[in-house]
Amino acid sequence: MQEAARSPEQAGRAERGETIIRLDGVNKWYGEFQALRDINLEIRRGERVVVCGPSGSGKSTMIRCINRLESHQRGRIIVDGIELKDNLKNIEAVRREVGMVFQSFNLFPHMRVIDNLTLAPMLVRRMPKREAEEIAMRYLERVRIAEQAYKYPGQLSGGQQQRVAIARSLCMQPRIMLFDEPTSALDPEMIKEVLDVMVELANEGMTMVVVTHEMGFAKTVADTMVFMDQAEIVEVAPPDTFFTKPKSERTQLFLSQILTH
Amino acid sequence: MADTLTRAGEPGGPSTRAAPTRASAPPPEEKIAVLRWLRDNLFSSPFNTLVTILIVAGLVKVVPGLFAWGIQNAVWYTKDHEVCRAASGACWAVIGEKHRPMLFGLYPYAEHWRLVVALVLYLGAFSITLMRRFWNPVFLIALWVVVGTAVGILLWGGVFGLTFVPSSQWGGLPLTMVLFTGTVVLGMPVAVLLALGRRSHLPLVKTVCVTFIETLRGVPLITILFVAVNVFPLFLPSGMEINTLLRIIVGMAIFFACYQAEVIRGGLQAIPRGQYEAAESLGLTYWQMTRRIVLPQALRICLPAMVNHIIAAIKNTSFVLIIGLFDILTATTNVLEDPLWRRFFVEAYLFVALVYFVFCYALSKYSQRLEQWLSAGRQY
Repeated sequence: MQEAARSPEQAGRAERGETIIRLDGVNKWYGEFQALRDINLEIRRGERVVVCGPSGSGKSTMIRCINRLESHQRGRIIVDGIELKDNLKNIEAVRREVGMVFQSFNLFPHMRVIDNLTLAPMLVRRMPKREAEEIAMRYLERVRIAEQAYKYPGQLSGGQQQRVAIARSLCMQPRIMLFDEPTSALDPEMIKEVLDVMVELANEGMTMVVVTHEMGFAKTVADTMVFMDQAEIVEVAPPDTFFTKPKSERTQLFLSQILTH
Repeated sequence: MADTLTRAGEPGGPSTRAAPTRASAPPPEEKIAVLRWLRDNLFSSPFNTLVTILIVAGLVKVVPGLFAWGIQNAVWYTKDHEVCRAASGACWAVIGEKHRPMLFGLYPYAEHWRLVVALVLYLGAFSITLMRRFWNPVFLIALWVVVGTAVGILLWGGVFGLTFVPSSQWGGLPLTMVLFTGTVVLGMPVAVLLALGRRSHLPLVKTVCVTFIETLRGVPLITILFVAVNVFPLFLPSGMEINTLLRIIVGMAIFFACYQAEVIRGGLQAIPRGQYEAAESLGLTYWQMTRRIVLPQALRICLPAMVNHIIAAIKNTSFVLIIGLFDILTATTNVLEDPLWRRFFVEAYLFVALVYFVFCYALSKYSQRLEQWLSAGRQY
């Protein structure tokens, strides 16, 4: 169904294992402050990438560039064969294929949970209401929250809200999911329920880019660890190398700080 | 919680035994609740006691006089102004005697029934629109197209054997109604667009909106109406004419829109950035996001302030007196030219005030209800 909505040449562009996101010499400044410096990164289809680093290192900025919530000033970003420039059509095309989960959930408080989920499929994918609702219920069941479908977001706990947010993104049937510190705003007892959902998603083969401080999660699901510091990518490595023998001193320092407490 | 409390009240109820500390006995001062209320609300401190005494003294001084004038010695109904003149109380009879020119202005006397029908239709449609169970855009638009056409036909006439009445002869309450509805219906969409435009990232759109709002907001309404009526026609090609009433409505709508735009901007600013980001990341276009995510939340936030301006718009309709149209207030002033009844202007104006008050108060009450509806089931 998802494939039908796409032109054939687009569908063939990224086979499993091929590059689906490419950042090529990406630079970004906020005024005088450089937020991203010469970022080069390739992410393959189905790959699970965990991005970590101290706060202010540019992790969030980088993944927000991938669906153009932030614009970069130099370099190229190509997502699923589409280059992100000022062209609004390209931006919207990318956003249709890239789901995003935020630290602060960002559910729409004036809509019931079910309406939060069906809104974008109906407006953006022009899906009939009944079909959108069926899909919504399916994803709500997958995040184990179907019984809350007719409540408003404000009536749910933080963990429940974040699971709804994940389901909302999945309803658009994206090819890539971005997670921007999805558990940082949660009370400790709710972190697990959200991480469990994310682990399941990873096991199903979703391409995921996750900014997080949850190193346990990273060890479980990541194919690739990316460590950022001071607007740069310092180290890219598979998790076993990354956690046991990191090359860079900055990585070692960071890991010693977060793993000791 | 409530459940626990009610059960706790029952003697020997399960929760009373299970949790004796949480069982709340009825307050012992139940019988002297009135005294307690008085103490808490009227005499809680020396200052409050003083204020209470002053207010009571003031009421004692004013109320009996008002009662004697307004009710006890008032003349309620007479055709003879001499009876009123002889009475020491209010002459409410002036309303009975003059209500038709007050309510309907200069509109031909024999055709007043048309205005009554139009008012009934209008108020009916208005009430239906305010009811939640009829909130269906297609139905409401259809309703207003039908009612608007019917009201137009009734007011203007010229078809179906109705005598033609030019808009310069419309007056009284129906004129107030046309002005108010026109102002709000034209003004609200413009206000929303101006508010959005003012926050636009496109420099040209932003500049135009800011200039428009700031210029027109800095000018008294009466100036705008003067320009609309007297200056604007000078710029029209000769021979072309735009109805004065329409020009007035557009002038009022623009003025209304500039103020309302600033109110709505306040609501827009209260929407967290995350809402925009979530909508954008789902692939919604700007207008989809604005219509479904941003405006519903923003308008709810600024609803009380918006209603405030809508109420002001009802009262601003009385400015049409400067162009010789007779809305309910001007029509009343005109009626009081009659030397026989002139001295009873207080009663006549009180009646007009009551009409305005009923509409404004109803709107204000309704907006409170609307706020409750819109926040039902939601915690922000």
